[in-house]
Amino acid sequence: MDSALPSSLTPHAAGGARRLLSNALADRLFALLARGAAILTLTLLTGIIISLIMGAWPAIHEFGLGFLTHNAWDPVQEDFGGRVMIYGTLATSIIALAIAVPVSFGIALFLTELSPPWLKRPLGTAIELLAAVPSIVYGMWGLMVFGPVLARYVQEPLQSLLKGVPFLEALVTGPPVGIGILSAGIILSIMIIPFIASVMRDVFEVTPPLLKESAYGLGATTWEVIWNVVLPYTKTGVVGGIMLGLGRALGETMAVTFVIGNMNQLNSASLFEAANSITSALANEFAEAAPGLHQASLIYLGLVLFLITFTVLIFSRLLLMRLQKNEGKRV
Amino acid sequence: MNPSVSLPDNHARIARFNRRKRFNQLAIALSLIAMLFGMFWLSWILWETLRLGFGSISVAMLTQDMPPPNEAIGEGGLANAMMGSLMMVALATLIGTPIGILTGVYLAEYDPRGKVATTVRFVNDLLLSAPSIIIGLFVYVIMVVQFKAFSGWAGAVALALIVIPVVIRTTENMLLLIPAGLREAAYALGTPKWKVITRITLTAARAGVLTGILLAVARISGETAPLLFTALNNQFWKANLDGPTANLPVTILQFAMSPYENWQQLAWGGVFLITLAVLGLNILARVLSREK
Repeated sequence: MDSALPSSLTPHAAGGARRLLSNALADRLFALLARGAAILTLTLLTGIIISLIMGAWPAIHEFGLGFLTHNAWDPVQEDFGGRVMIYGTLATSIIALAIAVPVSFGIALFLTELSPPWLKRPLGTAIELLAAVPSIVYGMWGLMVFGPVLARYVQEPLQSLLKGVPFLEALVTGPPVGIGILSAGIILSIMIIPFIASVMRDVFEVTPPLLKESAYGLGATTWEVIWNVVLPYTKTGVVGGIMLGLGRALGETMAVTFVIGNMNQLNSASLFEAANSITSALANEFAEAAPGLHQASLIYLGLVLFLITFTVLIFSRLLLMRLQKNEGKRV
Repeated sequence: MNPSVSLPDNHARIARFNRRKRFNQLAIALSLIAMLFGMFWLSWILWETLRLGFGSISVAMLTQDMPPPNEAIGEGGLANAMMGSLMMVALATLIGTPIGILTGVYLAEYDPRGKVATTVRFVNDLLLSAPSIIIGLFVYVIMVVQFKAFSGWAGAVALALIVIPVVIRTTENMLLLIPAGLREAAYALGTPKWKVITRITLTAARAGVLTGILLAVARISGETAPLLFTALNNQFWKANLDGPTANLPVTILQFAMSPYENWQQLAWGGVFLITLAVLGLNILARVLSREK
């Protein structure tokens, strides 16, 4: 027994030491892997920016910043300018926001203040599912189903209604075929409503019940509570959510490509006219563009889009971060 | 009190009260209309997709390859596109998931408040909502230009870049929900950190992490933009990722925009399949996260 004890201990101790060593090694290795993955994510963003600048360099060199306002897109003469696409992207996104913001506000108001409790969850889920539907479905539905309906029941009546009205008539000229800036804007708005509405609902819900109950106790109506108590309290979050939706609308490709009409010309101020956006120009032309100035100009457009969305997203992040900081103080 | 003073005063007050009440009713009505407006689009889109899509589902659609244009309706299908999409989505998930989980682990377990983590978190938010077509451009520049060929591999990498931020976000959030006591108990027993993470915290958070992966898969199954100039498309059956590779989203785009009846019909079938897959994955993810 006496002799058996050390002999049984030694291998054990040695094994323990070995295990300790291998554990330390595994620990190091795992930490290295995790850190490596984190750094890889960091380099991704810089990689994207650098590769876009490199790809766009011939066009940047050739056209400079004048590219942003130059109105031309001629692959034969190799004369490129992004004005039409940048205008299309901004115009469709603005239409989308103009529709989506009030509707999302109404939905969030309904879900937080008015809905009976048993309806809250299914309705919230349904709105979130609307956000999950792939954009190609919206695009195809927009082209095949919504476009004709829009042309028949909205565009044609609007044209006859506004005939002869100065200024407004210019907005509705062109063939009423349900394709163009207006339909792209409407479909974008349907796509971003769920995003904005769910952010608004979430921030409305963090308003302390005490604040709302105090206002109700003073005799305020539901609307007054929302408008004078909840909205001021959550305004940073609400603006952050709207910015999130705007970022989405600016970068959306498929839904726009189907319905905007892909015209590289701006003939009039009409919202019914076919136009183009940065994303749909990329989607339509890039794979077939000849390497050289045409491709570089398209990448330049992509870079512009990235910088626009980047700014919008940073702005929304900063707002949401400020909101979180305020929350931290309150607790 | 003098009644001659308080009576008009009272009148004004009641009038104001009524005005407030009416305004409130108007606001409530508008909010209800907004809700109905939202539900209206959802049901319209889903209804049309189901109606037009279901009609074009057939055995041929699921088993045959893409037909040439103007062929009889019912001839040909989307089998090669489905195969290509499945391969790319699977590879993208295989590439993106480990990187995403490891980064999430780093953010939650190694350095939650450090400079690196704060920056990674910020960058991740940007990547999460960066336009997906930009991801396609990036992969085009780094892969397609370098290898001088469109390929399914490039498509899979582009999709993986979309998976990563989604998985990072959910993994980190789920790990932060694990009570600190669980970790401390394991450490107190002398467990090394890598074992605590893999055996204790990640195991405890596995339902949440899996939900994140499912949501990421749902997202990339419908993504079209990043595949347009990475995977391109292909009309023929092929069980590898070399060269242009067929995939459902780009096929739907191409077929829907074409003037050919039989292609448009197939495009509806494809949209139906994708919608079904994406909504199914989303509902599964929801059920999974609710159980936990």
